[in-house]
Amino acid sequence: MASKPRTLYAKIWDDHVVETRDDGTSLIYIDRHLVHEVTSPQAFEALRIAGRSVRRPELTLAVPDHNLPTTARVGPDGARLPIADPQSAAQLAALEKNAPEFGIQYIDAAAAEQGIVHVVGPEQGFSLPGTTIVCGDSHTACHGGLGALAFGIGTSEVEHVLATQTLLLQRSKAMEIRVEGELGPGVTAKDLILHIIGTIGAAGGTGHVIEYRGAVFETMSVEQRLTVCNMSIEAGARAGLIAPDETVFSYLKGRPMSPKGAEWDAAVAYWKTLHSDPGAEFDTSVVIDANTIAPTVTWGTSPEDVVPISGTVPEPSSFADPSKQVAAQKSLDYMGLTPGMPMTDVAVENIFIGSCTNSRIEDLRSAAAVLKGRTKAANVRWAIVVPGSGLVKRQAEEEGLDRIFSDAGFEWREPGCSACLGMNPDKVPPNERCASTSNRNFVGRQGPGARTHLVSPAMAAAAAVTGRLADVRELV
Amino acid sequence: MDAISRVSGRAIAFGAKNIDTDIIIPAKWLKTITRDGLGQAAFETIREDPDNIFDAPENAGAPILIAGDNFGCGSSREHAAWAILDLGIRAVIAPSYSDIFSGNAVKNGILPIVLPQAAIDRLMEVARDGHTIDVDLDTQTVTTPFQDRFTFDIDPFRKHCLINGLDEVALTLDRQEAIGQYELQTTAAQSWLTAGTQV
Repeated sequence: MASKPRTLYAKIWDDHVVETRDDGTSLIYIDRHLVHEVTSPQAFEALRIAGRSVRRPELTLAVPDHNLPTTARVGPDGARLPIADPQSAAQLAALEKNAPEFGIQYIDAAAAEQGIVHVVGPEQGFSLPGTTIVCGDSHTACHGGLGALAFGIGTSEVEHVLATQTLLLQRSKAMEIRVEGELGPGVTAKDLILHIIGTIGAAGGTGHVIEYRGAVFETMSVEQRLTVCNMSIEAGARAGLIAPDETVFSYLKGRPMSPKGAEWDAAVAYWKTLHSDPGAEFDTSVVIDANTIAPTVTWGTSPEDVVPISGTVPEPSSFADPSKQVAAQKSLDYMGLTPGMPMTDVAVENIFIGSCTNSRIEDLRSAAAVLKGRTKAANVRWAIVVPGSGLVKRQAEEEGLDRIFSDAGFEWREPGCSACLGMNPDKVPPNERCASTSNRNFVGRQGPGARTHLVSPAMAAAAAVTGRLADVRELV
Repeated sequence: MDAISRVSGRAIAFGAKNIDTDIIIPAKWLKTITRDGLGQAAFETIREDPDNIFDAPENAGAPILIAGDNFGCGSSREHAAWAILDLGIRAVIAPSYSDIFSGNAVKNGILPIVLPQAAIDRLMEVARDGHTIDVDLDTQTVTTPFQDRFTFDIDPFRKHCLINGLDEVALTLDRQEAIGQYELQTTAAQSWLTAGTQV
């Protein structure tokens, strides 16, 4: 008898069950653990107090990213420059000390390989299809773009993984988001995921693991898939994933930590089995028509607050749910927007191109293509590009992208989380607006009082050139 | 963590939807390397308003927080749970939570209770009128002085951990033999999994 058709999620889950308790909780093996400086110090301290060691230190990779200033890290004499904020410095120093103490591989802040954890993992071949990947960061969902089951965890879970290489988990529901049709010119993976979040809502995926399906994903590069999966958490899903294929295999082949030789062949043979079987059942299915999606921007303070660039700021009364009406009014007050205003009339003073969502080489190419031969508008006070890693930065410089950005009036920075989250020196001032390629437009996310509009890299470039949110299709 | 079975007292009638963890605790507070003292930072932006609900005198020491849909969405920062706990909260009642937040809450001895919106609306009314609310994890009930009685579901493993104040790491370390067995099997069948992990 043939076995019951299974989803991709079920296949990865089943292969990682160590044991299942009578109450339905499973002990799940974790193949890869990424660690950064913000959510790990208390976990290492707890291990130290309890006298516990790290079970499989070679399966963990530590890299600093959240706190690092994106200005120069080494002086002209080659010495490391001090970090001005004493708390940031202490947190970074704690990771630099904890990693070797517990036998964990550590990428130094000044190394070429340093970058945002979610850029570094795939780039180094540390993140692989079919693996379970965790990190004390909700955007771990990103690695699902390689066909991994990847999700964010809290610090207690970081400690649990360090000590046991497992997590105690309840199986999630499986959600299928099937995208039909094709994305039009100027419409990117970022626009697609913003549109999806707007469709299912910020809590639409709660309790679920999303599998993104449809021909549109088969033609996407790995970078674009990582962008889509990255923001699964903004739709409430702890993880999102796309079945791995030849595009993923050729991306990973030859990367420093990818399997080699016969190991590579065995891995690919296994990875080829990782897709939902025909007839596999999903708990929830959503169908999205790609053909109707325009370049998309956010107007409010939840990532579900999206509108096509051709649209207007909504009237709070246009929402059916009374609590959403109240929330929308609060968002508009915070954002300083008036209902009915065309989105293309919204002037922006700040541009941020970066974050684990959109800081890879393709993202930079896409923004540079719009900026080439142009300069930022006079009202744009601050425009920065923050490559996702030192290797992305080097590649971009080899391609001359840094010159295009500099000529357009952008600052070319060192890799890190930067202005995505307001915990390092890169912040948006109160009551100023930012067209940002990051993932969250929450109140105060980019700094107290900062007003964020989430956009794709090409749309951020278009906003820089025009000084307003703009339809990139009119510039190319 | 501290064991928890009953939580009784005043409830903060907060009620807002989609409260993200940046609202619960802004990123600038995440630079700490300890778990302590984050209550001062809890809901910082909301508490800039002198008339905010969290600092209202009648809510001093309230152990229960009533919230709206999708509470704790966004960042995985466990600092959100630490901050709420330091504020004195031991039970949150909401129609839904983000998956990561509710896990973080349980691991710190905070009970995340899910009740339908109609029950939330009633409890908000009771709390606003200054009456106390009782939460009993044993019987999985929330009651008021007015004979309101709402039952809630909770994952049996989470209930077990909360009532007994269990350390999950210690529980799992007792299963080392099973973990070792799993590792042996996968190393044999999928040696590529660990082949490249050392650069």
